[in-house]
Amino acid sequence: MSRRGRPITSPPRIVAIPAVIALLFLGLPIVGLLFRAPWSNLGAVLTSRTSLDALRLSLVTATAATMVAFVIGVPLAWMLARAQFPGRRLARALVTVPLVLPPVVGGIALLLAFGRRGIVGQYFESCCGVTLAFTAPGVVVAEAFVAMPFLIITVEGALRVLDARVEEAAATLGAGRLTIFRRVTLPLLAPALVAGGVLTFARALGEFGATITFAGNLPGVTQTLPLAVYVGLEGDPSEAVALSLILLAVSVGALVLLRDRWLRTGASA
Amino acid sequence: MAADGGVGMTRAMPVPSVPGGRAPAETFGLSGRIGVEREGFSLDVALDVEPGEVVGVLGPNGAGKSTLLRAICGLVPLTHGRIMLGDAVLDDPEADVMMPVNRRGIGVVFQEYRLFEHVSVLDNVAFGPRSSGSSRAAARLVAHPWLDRLGLADLAQRKPSQLSGGQAQRVALARALACNPMALLLDEPLAALDASTRLEVRSELRDHLRDFAGPTIVVTHDAIDALVLADRIVVIEDGLITQQGQALEVARRPATDYVARLLGLNLLRGHAIDGEVTVDGGGLLHVADRSVFGGVLVAIRPNAILLHADRPDGSARNVWTGTVDGIEVIGDRVRVTVVGPPTVMVDVTSGAIAELHLARGDRVWLSAKATELEVYRG
Repeated sequence: MSRRGRPITSPPRIVAIPAVIALLFLGLPIVGLLFRAPWSNLGAVLTSRTSLDALRLSLVTATAATMVAFVIGVPLAWMLARAQFPGRRLARALVTVPLVLPPVVGGIALLLAFGRRGIVGQYFESCCGVTLAFTAPGVVVAEAFVAMPFLIITVEGALRVLDARVEEAAATLGAGRLTIFRRVTLPLLAPALVAGGVLTFARALGEFGATITFAGNLPGVTQTLPLAVYVGLEGDPSEAVALSLILLAVSVGALVLLRDRWLRTGASA
Repeated sequence: MAADGGVGMTRAMPVPSVPGGRAPAETFGLSGRIGVEREGFSLDVALDVEPGEVVGVLGPNGAGKSTLLRAICGLVPLTHGRIMLGDAVLDDPEADVMMPVNRRGIGVVFQEYRLFEHVSVLDNVAFGPRSSGSSRAAARLVAHPWLDRLGLADLAQRKPSQLSGGQAQRVALARALACNPMALLLDEPLAALDASTRLEVRSELRDHLRDFAGPTIVVTHDAIDALVLADRIVVIEDGLITQQGQALEVARRPATDYVARLLGLNLLRGHAIDGEVTVDGGGLLHVADRSVFGGVLVAIRPNAILLHADRPDGSARNVWTGTVDGIEVIGDRVRVTVVGPPTVMVDVTSGAIAELHLARGDRVWLSAKATELEVYRG
């Protein structure tokens, strides 16, 4: 074996052994999923009532949670990145809490805040007749709680790196704050918005712990795909595997979208 | 949020001017005293720029030139002083008045151009009109003549990343002019260009600035840029004006070592009595002008001084001797530093260097005609 042409900065060959183990460790479960999938009656399983309901609910709630994240998360990211206000550091720390908090704990916390007896939820109940816990909107709340930080952190990071000097130039051309944000900042943020949005959607789609705690597991109402997979595992494992395939497909799709469209160009820009 | 400048609908926009030299209906002078106090930095400069006048602000890095521009266009608030455009107050901290950047109507060409990378050249230039409320189509209609005027018509659909430095500079200028600004500020407009394009862009820029009817301020640390572009020059050092005057005047009679060095002139300080100047630090020089007395400055072009191996017998009234301290090649000339007194830089041809076998530490003779020495009150 010739050693010629191998740059000195490349790792020694021995490193390949643990590296391959790591790759197998990450890859084999996926292979297992594909091998054991009930390919023959996949169609029947996937078009069953439970599966279709769960799939529809998952797509709708994950989309809604992502929209919620855009509507209130992007403004928060903008404030965190550019506004001076007391408690900004605390606010920034608060945003990261759902990322590290076990989702089940997040679900309990949501119950204590927005549940029927929660510190805020009781007023929703009494004044507007709105109940969040154990309802489909509750699923959206749970997913948004867990997933929104991905969008906020991605967008805030991009805003901080963004060259504010271009925005200054826009101001000298007669643009006010909102115009600058709409016509200069947002277009420049587009890669971060897409990346953050895809991450948020993927995370919301896979949400399990907070959802089952806060919204329960009612088929057709709050039973999302991950919950259906869990339930299926106890009853009909082949159904669980089939449903898992859907989640896998969506996740891989999100990853491909991120890598090819934005992550690479975003990193080099 | 209430202080938001809005979408710009409220700003009284003049009718978009027709590029081709027609001035806005009215032009105003830019005047005031610009005071900015920051930790470890202070700027205090009084300026008065007439409509149509181009003032070059010259100064070393960190002198406060960019802060001056940022204060005038509203990106930095004044801590003291006042800025006026005609009768309108742009900034007056005492009266607690500060017109926001987007309402001032002051065009800025930034050093790094700061073009919008995500849109075409056309939409860069159309950005200002669009921000003031025009529809996309109407804004483009305003932008097109400016593209034509600055020779950018063929590049209209390009993205800024596909432009050369000189082209980007023209886009930045077109973008600022398309807003029909009341005044124009340029921050080191040529600094980002390489030497070959610089020459061409500089003369183009001079023509465009001449066509602009409002007051113009060009900030630069390059003496040639300032001399070519500006009618009047203001020199700022350490946040204060150290010299101002007509461009030619400043070029002939620099008041500080910084300006003299920029212009490549020898500047000596001394005391004049009846045509004789006793130079600070030693040496006596004869000058032609006998009318100046007292503390004076003497400016001598390096090529007005001759270098000799032996004592010259010519008619030059100033003859002295010194030691060669440095030899530096500048283009087709060689600049020799000779320690006197007085110590001067002398420009000679490379042939002369060979002929004299000059090396560091050599003893040489210097001569200069009295008429070549510019003497003035310092």
